[in-house]
Amino acid sequence: MEIAGQQVSRHGVRIVAIWAVLTAIAVPLIVLVLGPHLPPGKMSAEASDQTSANTVLTAVVAPIILIVAVNIVYSLVVFRARGDAIEDGAPIHGHAPTVLAWVLLTSVIVLALAGWGSYTLVQSARGAGGGQGPSPADLPKGDRTALPIQVIGQQWAWTFRFPTYNAFESRQLELPVGRVIAFHVTSLDVTHSFWAYELGVKADAVPGVDNVAFVTPRKLGSFNIRCAELCGLWHGHMALHGHVVSASDFVTWVAEQKAANAQIIPDLGPYQRVYFPEPKHRAG
Amino acid sequence: MVMPPAVAASGTPGNANLTLQTVASIGFGPHPDWVSYLVKTPQGKWVHSTILDVPANSLIHVTILQYDTATGLRNPFWGLPEGTVGRAKVNGKAIPILNPDLASHTFAIPELGVTVPLKGVADKAKNQCSVAPCTLAEAHNTITFTFRTGKRGTYRWQCFVPCAAGFILGFGGPMQSLGYMDGLLHVV
Amino acid sequence: MTETAIEAPRSRGRGLLGFNLLTAIVLGVGGFFFGAWIGGKMAVGHDYLIGTDQNDVGIFMGFLFGTIGWLAGLGFFNYPLARLAGRPPLDWSSEDEMYVVPDATIRQHEGGIGRYFRLTTDHKVVGIQYFFGVGIFFFIGGLNAMLIRTELLTPHEKAWPAGQYISLVGLHGTMMIMMTSAFILGPFGNYFVPLMIGARRLAFPRIEALTFWLVPLAGLVLLSAIAWNGFPTGWTGYAPLQDQARAGMDAYIFAFILIAISLALVGLNLLTTILTMRAPGLTWARLPIFVWGVLATAFLMVLAAPVLVATMLMGMMDRAANTSYYLASGGGSPYLYENLFWFFGHPEVYILALPGFGIVLEILPVFSRKPLWGYRLAVAGMLGVAFLSFMVWQHHLFVSGINASLRPFYMLTTELISIPTGFIFLNAMGTLWRGRIRYTVPMLFALAFFFNFLIGGLSGIFLSDVPSDVTTHGSYFVMAHFHYTIMGGLVFAFFAATYYWLPKMTGVTLNERLGKIHFWLMFVFFNLTFFPLFAAGFLDMPRRVSTYAPHLQTLNDFVSASAYVLGFSMLIFIGNLIWSLVFVRQPAETNPWFSRSLEWQVASPPPVHNFDRIPVVMAGPYEYGVANAPPVADFGTGAVAVAGK
Repeated sequence: MEIAGQQVSRHGVRIVAIWAVLTAIAVPLIVLVLGPHLPPGKMSAEASDQTSANTVLTAVVAPIILIVAVNIVYSLVVFRARGDAIEDGAPIHGHAPTVLAWVLLTSVIVLALAGWGSYTLVQSARGAGGGQGPSPADLPKGDRTALPIQVIGQQWAWTFRFPTYNAFESRQLELPVGRVIAFHVTSLDVTHSFWAYELGVKADAVPGVDNVAFVTPRKLGSFNIRCAELCGLWHGHMALHGHVVSASDFVTWVAEQKAANAQIIPDLGPYQRVYFPEPKHRAG
Repeated sequence: MVMPPAVAASGTPGNANLTLQTVASIGFGPHPDWVSYLVKTPQGKWVHSTILDVPANSLIHVTILQYDTATGLRNPFWGLPEGTVGRAKVNGKAIPILNPDLASHTFAIPELGVTVPLKGVADKAKNQCSVAPCTLAEAHNTITFTFRTGKRGTYRWQCFVPCAAGFILGFGGPMQSLGYMDGLLHVV
Repeated sequence: MTETAIEAPRSRGRGLLGFNLLTAIVLGVGGFFFGAWIGGKMAVGHDYLIGTDQNDVGIFMGFLFGTIGWLAGLGFFNYPLARLAGRPPLDWSSEDEMYVVPDATIRQHEGGIGRYFRLTTDHKVVGIQYFFGVGIFFFIGGLNAMLIRTELLTPHEKAWPAGQYISLVGLHGTMMIMMTSAFILGPFGNYFVPLMIGARRLAFPRIEALTFWLVPLAGLVLLSAIAWNGFPTGWTGYAPLQDQARAGMDAYIFAFILIAISLALVGLNLLTTILTMRAPGLTWARLPIFVWGVLATAFLMVLAAPVLVATMLMGMMDRAANTSYYLASGGGSPYLYENLFWFFGHPEVYILALPGFGIVLEILPVFSRKPLWGYRLAVAGMLGVAFLSFMVWQHHLFVSGINASLRPFYMLTTELISIPTGFIFLNAMGTLWRGRIRYTVPMLFALAFFFNFLIGGLSGIFLSDVPSDVTTHGSYFVMAHFHYTIMGGLVFAFFAATYYWLPKMTGVTLNERLGKIHFWLMFVFFNLTFFPLFAAGFLDMPRRVSTYAPHLQTLNDFVSASAYVLGFSMLIFIGNLIWSLVFVRQPAETNPWFSRSLEWQVASPPPVHNFDRIPVVMAGPYEYGVANAPPVADFGTGAVAVAGK
């Protein structure tokens, strides 16, 4: 058939039409209905950024899946062999304009995704809650006054130290809402990974390394903490709940924890970015 | 790997008693050199197991006979007993904290918030136990504490002292094996 | 020039007492104990080995001498030792050797089933050895998967004690990676590359035999970890957890070293063969696309596999010799392990993917009866993927604490690799377009490859974007991604190749109905098993855990049930194999698929010398529907006398 004076295959037109309809249904569904439910949610600024990223990626990936799938399914249905005789198909070796268009289109999409990904990582999401190592480069606004909290991974529990509050240590984690928090994640033994799901934080706890991840909690509530790097027998059990509370509740909690832990604080030793603690009689 | 047998606490629902001991080397089985816990059955027999059955919604009174010398904690924070009803006692005396260097083992149920460090026997103590199960005549510390159970479930418990001699970081071998330094608490 | 078949003189020590699998096992076990004894002597006086009830030095020395015993038991040292003793170089007329000497006198290799259990230099026998060798371990790995899914039926540890579960996970992953690395190059690369390029053998037949026999050894070494309570690290073997693990870790380390050596040598062999032994007239533009896929994979194997050997050797020394390459407290770094491992690990996954591309692009033209659409594009895609695969490995460390400024670069390279991967899809779409598609079992599997890899590959886009990776790293999303690409891709391609080529290899037809049942069960239940795992990852389920949030139980139960049916579909395949090969034995035609490719122009199974005369290639293998296309090769008077290679 002819479109705009050019010979166009009717098959091609049908495929594009089917694809366009499916995409027109799928993409708005993804963006409007699925998107708000994609993880990790909106509990922190970083989590919101990740949710947006996941929504965008799903919305970009869906039409790509659809065009390939529609094309192949269409071919499988329309171009199947009929009867038992072995017939040959059309002797097409290739089509340079199609190849060129495909290469250009895929390159553009990929480069756009990479560019957008880099921009969100560095500029808008400011590290997106991921661990950045000892010298983080993607800093959120207010990182200078961030509340430092050290997350210590060990086999098989998480403990938390608060260097600006006498460096007390606690088995529980509470965070003040609305403030930039700098997690300094490290380990005392093997590699773990601190994954605060609803906050959108994931940073490996590597022995001898201070892995910094930023988060700004936006909503009150509790969040799940799990270990995301296999660390031995009780890896799946290194889980607990953390809480985001109001600033005043946080101050109260800190005071309680300091009082409860007052007697062990002298034994904890000074706060350090990394630890190589050896027990006194070094059994291992 | 065969699961060690589950051992029930003695006593009545509402108030149960658990008696455990920790030894420097178990002395028998496939790994005679390994440190280990043992648990006493309600009939008074020592069993090489760390699978414990306790009643739900009860107070569990735990007595641990600690026969091993101190290794010291990797994270000194676990020198602070937590999650107990009342204070933990070492040889009858209530202790607010234990010097982390003196810890030989820990009894910790992180999912219930319970952690109690266990004081080590002095290196030069006389009459140290060499083969499990150890008797009251041999050098030991007695640690007692009480914790409360809630609803039914299975919780893991472990030692936090890197006491696995010969394994890098002290956390291999017995520290990663059920029946030695790790166990399960079935709250039934 | 006629050939006369001459019976090879029977050698000394034939039968059960000859150099075969049995003597290999006996000498291997004996070597292990001898080595362990030596290791015990070496370890005397080293305090750090006291009290652990394991002597890593003894175990490694045991494995080392066990390997030597295994290889000696198969007869690998016979020829080198004989040469050292002054024997003249092989004139190819000795027993057990098969070659066509320039005067076209052919020595028949001894027949019978015994040759599959020996060192053989017939590449076709090696191909079949590989098929069953990796196949058996693949099914053992699959059985592990069934055990894993059984545990995941409940959110608490129920089926296996916690430590045992992690070992099962590690065994499953490691066994699968080790065995599927040569899933296609092993059986089908060895068997068909010479046939497809018009050669009689691979470049290095004895090395080829070595690459095969290292594989069951590595599988047995890995399985021996069970005797030592397994290993707790999963297939990635991260240090420092690797350093504190019990003796089963040593089995993992040694098995991986053996596989890495085997991979490097397979790559070397195939590379040399393809570069130097193509028949006259077989220009690069006429090379079958499967052979291009093998070529690209061979490059990766040769360059990446040695890195794994170094990585594992350092781990071995950390465990046995008290070094601290990977221990931060001793001045080393866990990052060294992560980077070295993934520098191998990422090309490794393309070693898994590329042969799949080669197979499906080989099969699609045959059953669409059209030329391969965009041949040059396909080649560019494969070589592009191979090249870029060395530049992306840090995407496994995005949240590990690497320098944050590196991340945009690796995000870019990882995204870029989807461009050449996309070429393969364009090739597929173009080849199907206006074809005459026949839905045979190989074609069904090849088509399923594209559906599965589409989802698997595009889920990689999520993982390559760093903010999205923060959500999904270390979760079941990653699991779903790589199962879609490796199992949905490579394993489906393996079955496509099996149904396609087994008639040629065995001379026997496989049952088509059973094949279709196998396909549909596998395809449907594969997707039902793994697609929900994307959701599980999004819903906060980390990898390698036997305990998870209770609200995920329904999802996990659904996945486990689907997995059981998926496992059952494999039994149908095995049943088909046994039924068709052992009981029915319906002879296969020479060219049941009406393919133009060179390997289909010889008998099923091919004669031991492959071609009576080395063919002169006259056209590409995909010229279906092309008017007046010349036949693919000249086997007659124009064919080259054997002197031409």
